[in-house]
Amino acid sequence: MCDQTFLANVFGSCDKCFKQRALRPVFKKSQQLSYCSTCAEIMATEALHENETLASLKSEAENLKGKLEEERAKLHDVELHQVAERVEALGQFVMKTRRTLKGHGNKVLCMDWCKDKRRIVSSSQDGKVIVWDSFTTNKEHAVTMPCTWVMACAYAPSGCAIACGGLDNKCSVYPLTFDKNENMAAKKKSVAMHTNYLSACSFTNSDMQILTASGDGTCALWDVESGQLLQSFHGHGADVLCLDLAPSETGNTFVSGGCDKKAMVWDMRSGQCVQAFETHESDINSVRYYPSGDAFASGSDDATCRLYDLRADREVAIYSKESIIFGASSVDFSLSGRLLFAGYNDYTINVWDVLKGSRVSILFGHENRVSTLRVSPDGTAFCSGSWDHTLRVWA
Amino acid sequence: MAAGPAPPPGRPRAQMPHLRKMERVVVSMQDPDQGVKMRSQRLLVTVIPHAVTGSDVVQWLTQKFCISEEEALHLGAVLVQHGYIYPLRDPRSLVLRPDETPYRFQVRLWGAVPVLLAIYLAKKNIRKQGTLADYEKECYDRLHTKISHAWDLVLMQAREQLRAAKQRRKGDRLVIACQEQTYWLVNRPPPGAPSVLEQGPGRGSCAASRVHMTKSTDFYKQEIEYCRRAMGRTRVKSSVCLEAYLSFCGQRGPHDPLVSGCLPSNPWISDDDAYWVMNAPTVAAPTKLRVERWGFSFRELLEDPVGRAHFVDFLGKEFSGENLSFWEACEELRYGAQAQVPTLVDAVYQQFLAPGAARWVNIDSRTMERTLEGLRQPHRYVLDDAQLHIYMLMKKASMSPPSRALSAHALPTLTLSQGSAFPTWLGPPWPLSCQCSVLSTHRVQRRRTGPDHMLKKGQVSI
Repeated sequence: MCDQTFLANVFGSCDKCFKQRALRPVFKKSQQLSYCSTCAEIMATEALHENETLASLKSEAENLKGKLEEERAKLHDVELHQVAERVEALGQFVMKTRRTLKGHGNKVLCMDWCKDKRRIVSSSQDGKVIVWDSFTTNKEHAVTMPCTWVMACAYAPSGCAIACGGLDNKCSVYPLTFDKNENMAAKKKSVAMHTNYLSACSFTNSDMQILTASGDGTCALWDVESGQLLQSFHGHGADVLCLDLAPSETGNTFVSGGCDKKAMVWDMRSGQCVQAFETHESDINSVRYYPSGDAFASGSDDATCRLYDLRADREVAIYSKESIIFGASSVDFSLSGRLLFAGYNDYTINVWDVLKGSRVSILFGHENRVSTLRVSPDGTAFCSGSWDHTLRVWA
Repeated sequence: MAAGPAPPPGRPRAQMPHLRKMERVVVSMQDPDQGVKMRSQRLLVTVIPHAVTGSDVVQWLTQKFCISEEEALHLGAVLVQHGYIYPLRDPRSLVLRPDETPYRFQVRLWGAVPVLLAIYLAKKNIRKQGTLADYEKECYDRLHTKISHAWDLVLMQAREQLRAAKQRRKGDRLVIACQEQTYWLVNRPPPGAPSVLEQGPGRGSCAASRVHMTKSTDFYKQEIEYCRRAMGRTRVKSSVCLEAYLSFCGQRGPHDPLVSGCLPSNPWISDDDAYWVMNAPTVAAPTKLRVERWGFSFRELLEDPVGRAHFVDFLGKEFSGENLSFWEACEELRYGAQAQVPTLVDAVYQQFLAPGAARWVNIDSRTMERTLEGLRQPHRYVLDDAQLHIYMLMKKASMSPPSRALSAHALPTLTLSQGSAFPTWLGPPWPLSCQCSVLSTHRVQRRRTGPDHMLKKGQVSI
């Protein structure tokens, strides 16, 4: 960079005040302008102010965050495992693979149960989405998506449609038809449009609304019929990887987790973030509400699962062990909320006692990382999908 | 310091915490005092120093982490698969054998990966006089085109290393060969073999900032606003919240099939779907456990089709059937198609809210005023306040003690008949017929035929 100690003597009208003065070149947002010396001085002081403001805002934000933590800590008078001392310990658990679903030609990335407690939809890396009757292990429907890495799939509450998406940045809804002559792909409806990959999707209480999470850092609520965006949720600082709808009576919130290590609770009506939790040390891969709706669990790449209480507004339990090194990719609660099932990237599934914080059991069987795990709607079993191309139902 | 696998492009090492953790474990395994017992292992006629046996590794892991042998074996196998420990016998397969099989800890290999790989393959090529495996040949040719400018260097290095190897003791030669082989098996697995290094599609992170969220004044202003709001929220003491979990789990425990089992049997274990038949959504005789659940919360009652039917009947007797219909209509509005919103709002107004409406619902005046205001600009949440009010009314009605509580209503007539595992109704069957329309399909997921179906069925008059 050369030493510019001379001033080119250009005379003309200033780009800011339009007066006829001696001009200097200035760079504003990489665009070259010509300012008179007065305007150049003013611009320099403004920039200085902005920097000061930025620094002061940053310190104010940090200050407030500290105070918030203090407030939260004030009401924390007891730990979960202390309270749980008087609860009876669970007996020995013997859970085995009861069904193995083979048919995907590549890594299984996501799965969801149908409300009829036996049907399952699963999606894989090669673009195939399959609907199974997992009780009989028969495949009932199969669709090939035009993209690879279908990372999200969901079953509609009525059982008449499925939604899926991935690297195509879209969420598509396919009505399920038993007519052999009809091509499922023909009736496909493109619902959501994001600017990056789709990481999770879920129907709300009906077939007509879908909630999606995407690698572009936003979540969005869509009307299936028209494809219209009903509400979008901004606030994550990086990719959003997972979401779950609240089972509460008023059913208005959902939680999402992302690569910014934050779990955020949103109000579906206003689009605002209601609560945020930032205690994980790495990407949050999965979030799931506790059955009562008062808390949620999260699984992360830092090899821990954590329980956050919404009323106490803090993290209340950590489920971790020194021997568990690999990240948890997906978590789900049993029907009563006593057990937490978590699938890990080291091919195992760990079962945790939610109240006591201890690990109840470790399940081996998959031959590659467990990518998705869901408990069935009536709690009789849970299903895990893995990069070893199979799904297993355990009970 | 152990050599880990080289991370694939697009996922910087800092983002793979499991690699860091594995390295820490391996370092502690090599600790001279607390680590795994290292001794000279005999391999046929050669003696290898500083080696460990598979069984020692498993034992060390079992003791260190207080885990079962099965889990220790699994953890050890993962370390071998990632190349932190390599086998001296049969180095082609990276498995951990819990016996006398000797293993060693990997050391760092220096240099740029493509050049190292080229040297390795060149050596193999020279040694085996051109008979490389197909995928290795392909790789070799590709590298040749890629670093053709440095190829002389590669060949020279390869020859030099081979010559130096001949001068080494047999033990060292074996060790180095196994080390190299493992390293390349992990970092360049043969086609078809699963790669432990494979990650999903690249993710952005705070560092990558793929998302348009530069730390500008707006970002901090948002944070500050959020913190201010959060400071003002009411929080509940931990002890209260945690007690709530205990009571919830305690109450639901017997209803959780995975915790307490289920009668007659879990379909997945016994291959018999009797349990599902007994608990079908619309069954004539609900089980005792199911009826118990209705008493847990109003939501449970409403979400169960049989429960809802009973509630409708109960409301009918209390002359307030329109409340449930109103609530259902609101649910339909909230979760229905966007295009239907104006029609539905209008229908609900005509049916339930307009003065002199056929099925007028009793909402307090303030809520009614607010709702009517909102109706001027209808949207899907415009009836939320009214819906909540009616919901709470119904909830109170279903739970209130004096002979009105639904469970008390239903339970006395429900007993287990002698000698059978299935509960039966002793009293007269509930008159489900008169409220069939409400039950005909699942709640709001029905096919919409239009709002007039609400007019048809004979509800109790005001």
